[in-house]
This record gives sequence, structure tokens and C-alpha cells, in this order.
Amino acid sequence: MSEPPSKENPKELKNDDDRALIIINDLHKSYRKGTQKVTVLTGVNLSITRAQYVAFIGPSGSGKTTLLNLIAGIDRPDRGKLVVDGIDITRLDDSKLSRWRARHVGFIFQFYNLIPVLTAFENVELPLLLTPLSRKQRKKHVTAALKVTGILDRAFYYPSQLSGGQQQRVAIARAIVTDPTIIVADEPTGDLDKDSAVQILDLLHHLNRELGKTIIMVTHDPRAARKARKVYVLDKGILRDQYENDIIW
Amino acid sequence: MNLLKYVARNAFRHKLRTSLTVIGMAIVVLAYCLLRTVVAAWYAGVEASSPNRLITRNAVSLIFPLPISYLNRIKEVPGVVAVTYGRWFGGIYINEKNFFPQFAIDAEHYLSLYPEFLIPEKQLEAFKKDRRGCIAGRLIVKKYGWKIGDVITLRGTIFPGTWDFVLEGIYRGRDRGTDESQFFFHWDYLNESLKKTMPIRADHVGWFVVQIADPARAGEISRKIDAIFQNSLAETLTETEKAFQMGFVSMTEAIVVAIKAISYIVIGIIFVVLSNTMAMTARERTREYGVLKTLGFEGPFLLKLIIGESVFIAATGGILGIILSFPAARIFAKSLETFFPIFNLSVKTLASGLVSALIVGVLSGLLPGIKASKTPIVESLTHVG
Repeated sequence: MSEPPSKENPKELKNDDDRALIIINDLHKSYRKGTQKVTVLTGVNLSITRAQYVAFIGPSGSGKTTLLNLIAGIDRPDRGKLVVDGIDITRLDDSKLSRWRARHVGFIFQFYNLIPVLTAFENVELPLLLTPLSRKQRKKHVTAALKVTGILDRAFYYPSQLSGGQQQRVAIARAIVTDPTIIVADEPTGDLDKDSAVQILDLLHHLNRELGKTIIMVTHDPRAARKARKVYVLDKGILRDQYENDIIW
Repeated sequence: MNLLKYVARNAFRHKLRTSLTVIGMAIVVLAYCLLRTVVAAWYAGVEASSPNRLITRNAVSLIFPLPISYLNRIKEVPGVVAVTYGRWFGGIYINEKNFFPQFAIDAEHYLSLYPEFLIPEKQLEAFKKDRRGCIAGRLIVKKYGWKIGDVITLRGTIFPGTWDFVLEGIYRGRDRGTDESQFFFHWDYLNESLKKTMPIRADHVGWFVVQIADPARAGEISRKIDAIFQNSLAETLTETEKAFQMGFVSMTEAIVVAIKAISYIVIGIIFVVLSNTMAMTARERTREYGVLKTLGFEGPFLLKLIIGESVFIAATGGILGIILSFPAARIFAKSLETFFPIFNLSVKTLASGLVSALIVGVLSGLLPGIKASKTPIVESLTHVG
């Protein structure tokens, strides 16, 4: 692992380079809890290049999931700039942001969040309903996504008929089916047993290395963090550290 | 996959809850249709009335008769085409439970003023020739198992004694709105008996039926008829047949209003039930809605999804209720045919039942739908249900 560049002054963490896919400048986020204002992120600056595999780590309440939500466009910052593939998503209205998410972001959740009344196939097909693809084209895409994630043989199973690992594979297929610009994963192995977790991490690794997908992951799991090329450490809403897992890569 | 398939699967995610709600909706629509049919049955006489017919009765009350001598004077009023008359008999057939309306009528002309009563020509002629003859509607003929030539005995209440009639004809209604439970016999037969037994009550009728050529002149003709008998011992009140029938309905208006109110209340109750079901459903699926929004589905999609499910449940229950209305109405009509000889489920009633169910469906899904579509994604995803 490389040495973190500046532990003393986290705000001075430098952006990777001009080829950055995601550029975050001075990002702030706070929530209201009753009458109290709780600051979650303070002046975060970072950039992520295309085809990068990034992990955010840190203790609970450090702001990593909030940062992930902001990058994915499911939450809005109080202030700061968040540019993804040349678009400042903080300036998009709700409707445009929804369309942007549908087109550019694939989501993987800790608890899979599959729709229980839909089969694996239908769950993966769901994001494609927002595209102009025909039924036949949708079928082709869904089959390909299920094949990549190794769950095609369970295509017509309902989530309740699948194990946790299999459900997460379906969720990953749903995340990649639209060929998004970035894939965000919030504790993707958090609800899985050791073997399943390894398989899911291998799958994400494969998506990044073989298919060039940009993956941004939040995790508590050191094994998961070790799979990422670059790791950002957050603490109390501040980006404290960053390092690269050079040994693996 | 499409939205409808998703909605249908969602609807039966909680089979017991959905089934109970569907059954509840079915019962409500069934009750609504029956209650509205009762109201319609109440107004059947009003609906069946002809704009070409006026009724002239005693101005004090219908229970006071009018002299038969008024007949020719009414005929002379300009605009009057024909006049006939009738009198309420009020007899009992075997026992009091067997109620059906009985009228002593002007055998020669009365039925010609009521083209909605269809009777074979031969039977009508036989009736006219037989002073003890009678004509009955096919509903009561079927109910009591009568056939042509049977002697039907009524025990008089207003006109004491035992009265025997020979069934000479059976009429049927021209349409479903025609009362087929009436019983007609010769006024002359009644009058002759009265002349012998109670002369003071003879030569009187209960009312005159006045046929006019132009319904637009009903008011004017009514005033002219009543003017003739002004300051006489039996002043008259002439009104359209519709107004005359409405007079009967208005006597029991409170009941009709109560039935109408109940029909709306049951709809209100199911609205509360379905709203609760949809609120519970939407609350349980808050996280799921968050996932859908995360994937790019917007608020209006969630609104459609939730309202669609609500409408699906309501429509399923509504259709079931309408299907059940047919056998229920038949049972209802059979057991209450004495009170409601015309008890027909109308298309309008069924349609209003279904539309009510659909409106309840839309409204019940509206609030949870709006709430789900407005809830921020992060809040939805972290919802603990």
C-alpha cells in the first residue's frame, strides 16, 4: 500500500488527474435531527477516474454512505460541486436527476433490495423499463447480465427462493444491465456469509477488471476494501486518508 | 413484464388481507346495488307514469270518493281525449299476507288508457262480457297458481262481504318497469252490490283517469277540471299521473332518504377500509419504493403503482359484488314481491356501483401514493417498517 499523502490536512487531498470521471469539490452535507443540525460531511474533495475501483471505509457515522448517496444522486449536498462525467449533478432538478440515475448509475445494496413479487429475470429487467428498448432487446440484455453474474440458471426464481449470495448476484445483474457509467455498492457483502462474500467480491473485481466498470463501494469489511484499487478513509465527515492497494493490482 | 402484471402481483402479496378487502368491497357494492334498486322500486310507479294521463281525485283526500256523475263533465273539457275511472278495493285473498292491489275499473275503457298492460284481445273481450270477470297480472297469477276460468275469492275490507271473480285474462307488462301484480274487475259489479247493500256508497269512484292529447297543456286542463267542481260538495284535485304517484312516494320519503343515505354510508365505510389497507401496504413497501426511485422511477410511477393496486382491488371487489347482485336481487325480489312488484337491477345502478368502487379505489390510493412519491429516497431506503 502507498503512503497516504497528507494526513494532517485532509482538505488538501489532491484530485487524481484531469481525466477524472467524478470530481467532488468542497462537498458539505448535514441533516436535521429534531431541532439539531448534524453535520455528516465537511468539505470533501476527491476525484475518481474512469474504470476505477474505489472503496470508502471508516467507522459508523463517518459519512461514507452519505457520500456514496451523493455521488449516486439519491441525495443532495448542502453545498459543493459534484461532477460526474462532465455533468454537475447538484444542478439537476429531481426529474432530470432521476433520468440521470437511470442512465448512469447501477446500485448494489447491502440487503439486495430485490422486489419480492418479481422473478430474478423481472428484477433485472426493471431498470430497462425506463429505456426505449423493445421486449426482445430487454430480454437479450437481461440474459447477458444474468450470465455475467452467473445466475442465469435461476432467472425465473423469486428472491425468496434464492440464497443471500444468489440474491446479491441478481442485484448486481440489475446494477449492470443498463451498462451504467458507475456502479455504487453499499456494503455489498454486509449480509453475506464468508464464501458468498468472497464470490461477490470476485464478481465485482471481474466487472471492474474485465469489463472496465467504475465501482464505488462503501464497506466495513477489510477483505472488501482490499479488493479495491483505491481506498478513501472517512472519519467524522472528513476525508482523512487515501491509499492504493498496489500489491493486488 | 409490464405495470399491470406488477400491480396484480403486488395486490396479492398479502393474500388474506387483499381477499378480505375484496370481499368487503364486493359486499358493499352488492349492498349498494340492492339499496339503490329498492329506491328505484319505490319510484317505479312514478317512472311508469305517462305524461298524457292526469288523475282527478277528491281535493280533501284520496280516501274520499267522487261522484260518477263527474265523468261526462270532465269529458267536455277541451283537450281531454278520454276519461275513465277506478276505485280501490282492498280485499284479502285467503289471508292478509297475500297482498296485491285490486281495482274496480271501468271495464270498457280503463285498459285502453294503459297501453303498457298487454292482454290478448280474446281475453279482454271475455273480461268485458263477464261482469264477474277479472284480469290479473302474470306475477300474481304465477305466484298463486291461477289459470283462466279460476274463481278467485276476495274478502272485502272496505266493501264488506265475500266477492267472487272469474279470471278471464292475464296481462303482462310492455316493459320491465310495468307492474304485473295488479288485479282489475268491473266497477259495475261492485256498484251494483253497493246499491243493494250500501246505497250511500254507490255511484262513486276513487279517481278519474284523464287522457289528454298534449302533455304541455296538463296544467291548464287540470285547472279547468278543478274549476268545474269548485265550491261543490266534492271538490277535485287534478294533477299529472307522475305528481299523483309522487304523492305516494313522498308519504314515505323519510324511508327513501334513509335508504339513499345508507347506500352512501356503506361506500364511505369501504373507502375507510380500503384507505387503511393501502396506507398499510404503502408503509410496508416504503423501502421498495425507495429502491424504485433509486433505479430512476419517478414519483408519478409510484403514484400509478399504488393507485393501480388500489383500483385493482376495488375493481375486483366491485365486479364480484355486481355478479353477486343478480342472484341476491332475485332472492330479494322473490321474498319482497308483495312490496316491490318491480324490482329490477338496472344497468345504471350496476354502473354506478362499479364507478363508486373505482372512485373509492382511486381515492384510497391517492394519499399513500402522494406520500410515497414525495418521500426522499434516503428516507425511504432507511425506513424500518
